[in-house]
Amino acid sequence: MLQINNLHATVADKPILKGLSLQINAGEIHAIMGPNGAGKSTLTYTLGGRPGYEVTDGSVSFDGQDLLALAPHERAAAGLFLGFQYPVEIPGVSNVQFLREALNSQRKVRGEEPLSGGEFLKIARAQADAMGMDMEMLKRPVNVGFSGGEKKRNEMVQMGILDPVLAILDETDSGLDIDALRVVGDGINRIMRKPDKAVLLITHYQRLLDYVKPDFVHVLAGGRIVRTGGPELALELEEDGYKEMAA
Amino acid sequence: MSQALPTRRDEAWRYADLDAIAKLWPLPEAEHIVVPAGGQWSRSIVQDAGGVHQIKMSLGKGAVAALYVLNIGGEYGRIELDVTLHDGADFTLGAAQIGGGTQTLEIVTTVTHAEPNATSQQTVRTVLAGHATGTYLGKVAVARDAQQTDSTQSVKAMLLDRTATANAKPELEIFADDVKCAHGCAIGELDPVALFYLESRGLSPADAQTLLLQAFVSGVFDGAEDADTLQALALAKLGALA
Repeated sequence: MLQINNLHATVADKPILKGLSLQINAGEIHAIMGPNGAGKSTLTYTLGGRPGYEVTDGSVSFDGQDLLALAPHERAAAGLFLGFQYPVEIPGVSNVQFLREALNSQRKVRGEEPLSGGEFLKIARAQADAMGMDMEMLKRPVNVGFSGGEKKRNEMVQMGILDPVLAILDETDSGLDIDALRVVGDGINRIMRKPDKAVLLITHYQRLLDYVKPDFVHVLAGGRIVRTGGPELALELEEDGYKEMAA
Repeated sequence: MSQALPTRRDEAWRYADLDAIAKLWPLPEAEHIVVPAGGQWSRSIVQDAGGVHQIKMSLGKGAVAALYVLNIGGEYGRIELDVTLHDGADFTLGAAQIGGGTQTLEIVTTVTHAEPNATSQQTVRTVLAGHATGTYLGKVAVARDAQQTDSTQSVKAMLLDRTATANAKPELEIFADDVKCAHGCAIGELDPVALFYLESRGLSPADAQTLLLQAFVSGVFDGAEDADTLQALALAKLGALA
C-alpha cells in the first residue's frame, strides 16, 4: 500500500530524513518509535505534503500513485489521513461544516456524489457516539476550547467520518490520560483494523501499543530506520531506552 | 455648495483613490438620519458598485441604532459616518470590507459622544488581495461632560498577498475623565498551519482559504435582520478572491 524508498527530506535546508525506507501492506499496523529529533514528525509532515518539508531524494508510492506528486488535499482524497500531534484550533468554523466540506471535497475528487446535510449528520453522529463525544461538541468551532484529550478524540471522530485507507498518526497518545488512551486506542482499532486498511503509528512510548497491537515496530534514529522487529521490540525499548539503538 | 477636492494632506482622505474622487466630484449631499429619543433604528448597506456614501447621524436620548456595512464593490468605495450620540444612546457598526485587484475600500467614522452614558461598538474586518487597499479611520470623540462613555473599536485586517495594503487608525479624543474607550487593531496573514490542517483533511487550497476568511469576517453581521444575506454576499466575494 505504502512504499517509501530511500526518502531524504530537509526542513529549512537542514537534512532530517536521510534515506528512510519502509513498506506497509494492507491489513498491517506499523509503529515507529524513536528519540526526540529522530525525524518522526518530519516523516509525518513530509508524507502529508506540508509546505516547508522538502523531499531532496527518494520516492513514495501510495496504492501505485506517486504520493509526492500530489497536493495535500489530493493525498487526502486518495485515502491518506494525517493525525496531528497538535490539532489546530480554528475559531469561527464549526466541526460539522468543516468535516462536511472536507468529506464532500474528497468525494468530488474521487468522482462521487456529494452527501446531503442529513446523510452527513447521520455519519457524523454515529462516529461521535462511537468516540463518546457529544454531538454538541461537533457543532462547536474546530478544537476551540477543547482539552488535549478532547482534541485527540476529535481527530479520531474526523478519521471515522473521512474513513481513510491509510492513517498516519503522529503522537496521538501524547497528552492523554489512561482512560482517554483506551478510548483513542479502541477508536483506531475500530476504524482502521481492517484487511484493506493500514496504520502508521508514530509514538514515543510503548503504552499506546498495549491497546493498538502493531504487527511491526521500527526504530527511527538519525533520519532512518535503524531496526525493525515485532511488538516485543517496543517492550525492549521501554526497558533499555533508545541510546543503544541509535549507537 | 462647492468644495475643494481633497488632497493627501487631508487626514481623512490620505489613503483615498484621489483620481476616482475627482471623477465623482462634486459628491452628493450627505444623507441625514435622526433617530429620536428612545427610538430604534437599523440598516444594512451593501456597497457593491463603487462611490462615496456619506451619512450624518444623530441619536437622541436613549436611542439605539445599528448599521451593518458590506463594502465590496467598485474601484473605489468609501463609507463615511459622522455619528453624534446624546445621553445614553447606543450605536453599533458591524462592517466587512473585501477587496481584490486594484480596489480601494474605505470606512471612515467619527463617533462623538456628546453627552454622558452613551455606548458605541465598532467592529470592522477587512480582507485584501492583489493590489487592493483597505482603510479604516475611526475617531471616537468624547465631550467634556460625557461621563460614563463606553466605546469599543475592534479592527482587524487580513492580507492575502504581500502587495495588498491595509491602513487602520483608531483614534481617541477624550475630554471627560470617567470613560471606557477600548480599541484593538491587528493586521495579519492567514495561518499556514491552519491552512495545512484543512487541506490535509481534503479541502482544496482555495476552499481552505475561503473557509478561514469566512470565519474571520463571521460575527460582524450578528444582529442584522438580513445577516444571512450579508454573509452570503461576503462569502461570494471571498470565494472570488481565492
